[in-house]
Amino acid sequence: MLVHIDDVFDGDNELREMESKRIGVWVAAIVLTALIAVSGTAYYFGVGPFSRNRAKLVVATTTSLYDTTLLDAIEDQFEDNYPIDIYFISAGTGIAITYAQRGDADMILVHAPLKERSFLEDGYGVCRKIVAYNFFTIVGPAGDPAGLIGLTPSHALAKIVEEGRKGAVAWVSRGDDSGTHTKEKSLWDAAGFEWIELREEDWFLESGTGMGKTLQITDEKSAYTLADMGTYLKYYTDQLISLAVVVDVGKELLNVYSAIAVNRTYNPEVSFDAALSFTKFLVSEEGQQIIDQFGQDVYPQKLFYPAVQLLKERTNAALASWIEEFAYFDGEECPDKYQDNCKELYN
Amino acid sequence: MRLGLSVETEVFEIVIRAILVSGTATLLSSLWALPAGVFLGLKRFRARSIAKGFFVTMLGMPTVSLGLILYLLFSRAGPLGFLHLLYTPQAMIIGQAVLITPIIVSFVMNTIESVDPEIRDLAKTLGASETQVSLAVLKESMNGVFLAIIASFNRAIAELGVALMLGGNIRGITRVLTTSIALETTRGELVLGLVLTIILLSIVFALNTIVNLFQRRRRF
Repeated sequence: MLVHIDDVFDGDNELREMESKRIGVWVAAIVLTALIAVSGTAYYFGVGPFSRNRAKLVVATTTSLYDTTLLDAIEDQFEDNYPIDIYFISAGTGIAITYAQRGDADMILVHAPLKERSFLEDGYGVCRKIVAYNFFTIVGPAGDPAGLIGLTPSHALAKIVEEGRKGAVAWVSRGDDSGTHTKEKSLWDAAGFEWIELREEDWFLESGTGMGKTLQITDEKSAYTLADMGTYLKYYTDQLISLAVVVDVGKELLNVYSAIAVNRTYNPEVSFDAALSFTKFLVSEEGQQIIDQFGQDVYPQKLFYPAVQLLKERTNAALASWIEEFAYFDGEECPDKYQDNCKELYN
Repeated sequence: MRLGLSVETEVFEIVIRAILVSGTATLLSSLWALPAGVFLGLKRFRARSIAKGFFVTMLGMPTVSLGLILYLLFSRAGPLGFLHLLYTPQAMIIGQAVLITPIIVSFVMNTIESVDPEIRDLAKTLGASETQVSLAVLKESMNGVFLAIIASFNRAIAELGVALMLGGNIRGITRVLTTSIALETTRGELVLGLVLTIILLSIVFALNTIVNLFQRRRRF
């Protein structure tokens, strides 16, 4: 005797009807999802009814700029006036440079002159322009147990090593190849120590993470660290940390932000014109004003200072020469051979 | 991309994007992972245990590592760079689909294996063909298949590594819930980060509830 399989497993007709209804629902759901997916893709790529006439500019940038929301403010004003959409990728200076070298960014906005120099020299970047500056600061527990207040940065670091070896204080290092970390290493260097050797010592902690997290770790451990002013003020004002500024004077602490476009000879697909437009906007009166006024309503002091007028008119000669000494390459903001088609930036 | 919207609309837009990206990734992944799971669950062949071991191992793949590998693949200097997919929602969809493939495969494989072998035997005795046997077994394991799909969606919407490495967390383009939570936390906006976390959990909870109701209706 042969029983048909359907008779055993499906039961009566009623059941089968519900079954087909359910299949109908499934088909409708799948069709709907496909529709959304297709129109979403079309919208994203700007094809069909969604065509847009806007260029795309990928800017790899440092977290210390992005996390303060300064770049959001700049982006909004820029995109209102130019047919360009900016895609900010927020990362440390080290990885931002790697993104540009791999062809994944059209422009970088970073703060590590040493790395910028080799970026230009290796043929990856052109049209470097200094856009802003501020100062790094050594922060620590409110009572300043190591007694650093009033010392120069180099003396302060030497004191930290001395106190640290006694087991009295600790230091938290970023250790992530960021611009701030690059600065920290050069400060240790200037104070006569090697970061590579110090990191082996017990009192020397390495967070391996961004500035905000590092500040929180430092606060938790009642330790000292090097911070950029923007992130520190943001965290301090929001009462996320109780660390105080102990050393913030000295040209060693200068922090200079530059914009560099990716070289089109290196990567022909790069959005070079868009990168130039954005650089021009950053150094324009309008762009510099956004930087100057950013955060004034919220923070007790400025987070960033515009650099263009200072360098051009030398309104503060001492400060201008500090920047030149620290962030210029062979006496120039961007040596001639790296000024691919953007000479007008340097008049 | 310029939004010019208030925080609320921006959050709403992020929520919609997160659901669309992870939902599409789940559908896409189901296309290949469901048949693969059914195949591995039903068929017996020599390399089966190797395949099984592979998918179970892949369950432990850290999302940042997968993000890194796919980044190197999609980067303009990488082998698939010509597609220009990096930093697009499409890249995130592909990345999440790859990420959840082992979840669907292993769940489906397991649930099919655990179907009472008597059902297969019975169907065979009743004269069912090979395909009919497979369908009968699949029907019995529908609950497990649902669980596989829902678990993989939950994993996709809750993962950070792939979304960050392939999407880049670009405002208005590839910012999803997890990347916003990470960003707001580093920005020190802890409350906003927490609010976004609650939204994410609510989505997952609501979805699970809907699927549960759906499953209960199936059983009449």
